[in-house]
Amino acid sequence: MSSAPAIAATRAEVCAVACAEAWRGDGEIVASPFGVIPAIGARLARATFAPDLLLSDGESTFVAGCLPLGEPPDGPAEGWVPFRSVFDILAAGKRHVMMGPSQIDQFGNVNISAIGDFARPARQLIGMRGAPGNTVNHPTSYWVPRHQPRTFVPRVDVISGVGYDSAAAAGPAASRFHELRRVVTNLAVLDFRSPDHAMRLASVHPGVSVADVVAGTGFELAIDGDVPPTRMPTHEELRLIREVIDPRGLRYREVP
Amino acid sequence: MTEDEVAARLRSGMTVGIGGWGSRRKPMSLVRAILRSGLRDLTIVSYGGPDVGLLCAAGKVKRLVYGFVSLDSIPLEPHFRAARESGAVDVTEYDEGMLQWALYAASLRLPFLPTRAGLGSDVIRLNPELRTVTSPYADGEELLAVPALPLDAALIHLNRADAAGNAQFLGPDLYFDDLFATAAEHAYASCERIVPTGELLAEGGLASLRIHRWMIEGVVESPNGAHFTSCAPDYERDEEFQRDYAAAAADPVTWASFSAAYLRGSEADYQRAVAARGAASAAARAAARAERQ
Repeated sequence: MSSAPAIAATRAEVCAVACAEAWRGDGEIVASPFGVIPAIGARLARATFAPDLLLSDGESTFVAGCLPLGEPPDGPAEGWVPFRSVFDILAAGKRHVMMGPSQIDQFGNVNISAIGDFARPARQLIGMRGAPGNTVNHPTSYWVPRHQPRTFVPRVDVISGVGYDSAAAAGPAASRFHELRRVVTNLAVLDFRSPDHAMRLASVHPGVSVADVVAGTGFELAIDGDVPPTRMPTHEELRLIREVIDPRGLRYREVP
Repeated sequence: MTEDEVAARLRSGMTVGIGGWGSRRKPMSLVRAILRSGLRDLTIVSYGGPDVGLLCAAGKVKRLVYGFVSLDSIPLEPHFRAARESGAVDVTEYDEGMLQWALYAASLRLPFLPTRAGLGSDVIRLNPELRTVTSPYADGEELLAVPALPLDAALIHLNRADAAGNAQFLGPDLYFDDLFATAAEHAYASCERIVPTGELLAEGGLASLRIHRWMIEGVVESPNGAHFTSCAPDYERDEEFQRDYAAAAADPVTWASFSAAYLRGSEADYQRAVAARGAASAAARAAARAERQ
């Protein structure tokens, strides 16, 4: 008698599924992924366990169907969503964004604005964008394709996305709808489910040790007991990723 | 009007809003007119793209008010980065929703609009003039009061307009062009084509007529005027040109030759240079195809 064959998934595929898991249970809201792996994750979530999610084509249309990456949408349009509507939706809380931080700290403060002194930065980045508003209005997750101390820093240079400590310090209006759901990296899944909302190591991807994650993190992580492995993709998830959502393998540009 | 006539209505030191979003439907021909002008010390308000970059590179900017500056397909704007990293411009960096609120408050003649966006972030630390406001109702929430941002002038680029200033977007998003226009004392619209009022509904539905003549002081017909940003459905972004722009911007020597090739002359000179370049690269592609066969 033979057991079922072990599933052979690449790291990029494990990451995509870990991103998809961010939207589990979110219901009928807008999933806004930034980055290739998060985009695969959002499409995968809708194609499997989160069928009510709304997804945009990246421009101004909500599109139904499974949305292959890098191809024209294959489903019908189900709504018009110009940037103004996106701002309305986020203030209504009907959205869960996954953004890419240049720096993130222990309590989930995130910098996408500038490296160094803001007055005359060593490196100007894209700017605050919607990070301040997103983080105090609806759930936010983050995707970091390279887990390294340069990104996981003790203190971010500029707070663009609001962390738990900053939201608490700013008062009830900032904390009321603030929720950081998870941080997915090429090594691990992290969340803020510790007593003081400090970043916690939730799972390590297969083949990664806890020591690897600690070495890539510039602050002390909350680690309780044995850290479980990140769950493997199912056969159906792998089929969807490989044949439907990302047949061109764009995921390997982010996680080789 | 012409682009240069619009630039002649502006004054150094003015606060000028620029419509579009990132590298999408920017009034680039009007921006190029400012580059040719003697204007300086401008405060530029924008969901920024190459408009911001070009104006910074030309030394036209005293202060920038923005939520982000990006070329979209190229995430970071090189001239903007250089201006920031050399400390050449003062900045007010907002959450992008705060910027909408600032323009909307000015449009409605309100002193501020309340929002949650910005609370807990360094937007507040970096802009110490910002104040909060406490709800007078039972909830008592303390929210950020985004101050109105009235503009001296606004520049926007639409797909179609009539001569009176009724203007139409035919692409997927108006962005915030209407708010830029209504927040401004004087708003100017360039467009791909001026058409008779009776033909405005020929290409788009009634809901596309979002810019009204009461908002607009002057109209400029400027075919390909958003180049190299996108102006869908008339044309997409010229990615090849944008790549060359970004590469040239990385170095003073290459930037000088790029400027000489494209930015020294009139708008007609610019469009001729772009057309010649397009013809040259099409010929090169054809030659490469022939070689392969």
